[in-house]
Amino acid sequence: MSRPRSQAEYLARLVPPSVAGLNRRSLLAGAAGAGALLGTGLLAGCGSGSGSDSGAGSKTVSLGSNASDPTPKDALAKVMDGFKTSSGVQVNINTVDHNTFQENINNYLQGKPDDVFTWFAGYRMRFFAAKGLAGDVSDVWGKLSGYSDAFKKASTGDDGKQYFVPMSYYPWAVFYRKSVWQQHGYQVPKSLDELNTLGAQMKKDGLNPIAFADKDGWPAMGTFDILNLRINGYQFHVDLMAGKEAWTSDKVKKVFDTWAGLLPLHQPDALGRTWQEAAQSLQQKKSGMYLLGLFVAEQFNKDEQDDLDFFTFPEIDPTIGAKALDAPIDGYMMARKPKSEANAKKLLEYIGGVDAANILVKSNPGTLVANTGADTSGYTALQKKAAELVGSATEIAQFLDRDTRPDFASTVIIPAFQQFIKNPKDIGGLLTSIENQKKSIFTS
Amino acid sequence: MSDLPLIQADRAVAPPAATTTRGRGRRLRLLSRTDRVVITLMVLVPLILVVGLVWLPALATVLLSGTNWDGIGPLGEIDWVGLKNYDDVVNIYPPFVPAIQNNLLWLAALFVVATPFGMFLAVLLDKELRGSRFYQTALYLPVVLSLALIGFVWQLIYSRDQGLLNALLGGETDWYGDPHVNIWAVLVAAGWRHVGYIMLLYLAGLKGVDPSLREAAAVDGSSEASTFFRVVFPVLRPINIIVLVVTVIESLRAFDLVWVINKGRNGLELISALVTANVVGEASRIGFGSALATIMLVVSLVFITLYLATVMREDKR
Repeated sequence: MSRPRSQAEYLARLVPPSVAGLNRRSLLAGAAGAGALLGTGLLAGCGSGSGSDSGAGSKTVSLGSNASDPTPKDALAKVMDGFKTSSGVQVNINTVDHNTFQENINNYLQGKPDDVFTWFAGYRMRFFAAKGLAGDVSDVWGKLSGYSDAFKKASTGDDGKQYFVPMSYYPWAVFYRKSVWQQHGYQVPKSLDELNTLGAQMKKDGLNPIAFADKDGWPAMGTFDILNLRINGYQFHVDLMAGKEAWTSDKVKKVFDTWAGLLPLHQPDALGRTWQEAAQSLQQKKSGMYLLGLFVAEQFNKDEQDDLDFFTFPEIDPTIGAKALDAPIDGYMMARKPKSEANAKKLLEYIGGVDAANILVKSNPGTLVANTGADTSGYTALQKKAAELVGSATEIAQFLDRDTRPDFASTVIIPAFQQFIKNPKDIGGLLTSIENQKKSIFTS
Repeated sequence: MSDLPLIQADRAVAPPAATTTRGRGRRLRLLSRTDRVVITLMVLVPLILVVGLVWLPALATVLLSGTNWDGIGPLGEIDWVGLKNYDDVVNIYPPFVPAIQNNLLWLAALFVVATPFGMFLAVLLDKELRGSRFYQTALYLPVVLSLALIGFVWQLIYSRDQGLLNALLGGETDWYGDPHVNIWAVLVAAGWRHVGYIMLLYLAGLKGVDPSLREAAAVDGSSEASTFFRVVFPVLRPINIIVLVVTVIESLRAFDLVWVINKGRNGLELISALVTANVVGEASRIGFGSALATIMLVVSLVFITLYLATVMREDKR
């Protein structure tokens, strides 16, 4: 469910499970009740290379990584080299394909996971912490500096302890091309009304006001999230995602009503379009703006990068403001019983430190580093602005599918949002359907 | 079947007790030690495979469908929830009804359009046209191509903004996104593959038809069409049954194309895609997904029973 980071990854996920083999096998095994055994056998197979070390005196630590794309993989290797130089501890990196890693995470964590592994902040992190599948790293946090409260909050489990060390993130915002806006003399909207006026003007000028795509199901979550954050605020978002608030409430209805009001400004027929195609309509100056993550820049040529700019979604309710946003955080967690806890914590401390962040700035331009102490002079203008935006945020949400149960997000929310985009009129019936399914899932 | 010596030997044992020793002697002679080992292995290996890979998982699926297991924790901690999953599937799961409809539509489309068309092409190719090898390869190619590639090829054709079809027609039809259109668009793609498959199966059958039958029909003054329908088609009965079974199986297990396109959502719901979406991956609604899988099993059983009943009745005759 994570956003593809490159064309190659997007293509790779077109391969259906029946072809990918591993998933099919784990499906069968899961049905046979042996999923835990086989799945972990496959994943832990890579981890067993580190089985030779034992106790705190050893000089190795194993790392399960989902960074299977060339750029992140290379950046991760450089960070681990830095750790080896500074501590003398060797890191055995077990890289698993990004999607496979995510789909097998349940089995992986129940088997023999690596000492440290890559994961995302949010509900799923707290879920594993609550299930006892992740190690407490509160004492590592005692030694970390350079993190805003928002990042610490995002790393904290339900019991108030930290289970996660953030490394990088990317914000969601409304992107546009400076040249197009200058040509038509558009101004950044400060309120919903101004956004509507701007959209109407763009329509007159022959542009699609807001590029939109939801073939893959997740991009619309970004639209819902930002409207919900602007209308009902961060705490409501968290409670709604945790299943504590009713989807049939007036607050959620208002979000959908507002969304329905904005839909005419969105690119039509979104359900057959990929986010890449929508991003290209922005790149080709056919669309005026596009609400997406920072990774939208991938669809722009090198010489067009400077022409890309963004603004955060405008305020809707003055009492709520416009300071919260979606900025999914990627980072690291520790296994419940690492083979060498001391080394694992040493590694996490290094990852959370300034040195690792500095290495990441130099080796991966597609993301922002979480540690504010890092030397960010290597950032592009867009990266700098994105970092400022997130730095000024009062609260950071992780994105709908990272903030709630994955079964709810993928089997209920995606079909429901697509239904809404098809037929924005029957909001009441749709919300009742979501609420019924939510009750069944969250009580099971 | 009756030409197997083993069965003859068994039949030989059955008559009166007086011949028992003789019968046993024959049996021993027929089944040497090696024979028995071989037979045991030949029965045991497939039996273990079938039980282990088909029956046990199927049984486990049925059992799991009564639980709310999320794939985490030992099997001992699974809670029994009875028929709740089935209740949820039928009453509050919106994609379920469209999925059943789509599966049936799939079956109808393959049965009424794609299969007859594949058979028709096979008959044409059987005429020894010039370059028939080329047509054969071209038509069979979709079956050979990898699914990822097929999904990509059709994406290039059907894409709303950048696709070939809209560029040619000059329209703005949202082939994959409009839920009223996309199932037909996918059926064209599925039919494209199915036609090639059926064509090859049927062509193999046609090549095996004794030419003298046709000559005799021609001598009797039968037209091309009536020769096919009254002589060739009945002779090909075994192949016809295989084609029918293949069509049913293909439409029940249809999954790959819709999964490649949009994971079986938004008008492309299929039972198999719903099962996968719920069970595989992070969602891990194993109980709920198993309930869907069990429903699919029951639907398949209806067709399997019909098929077996027909075949067995034929065998008795």
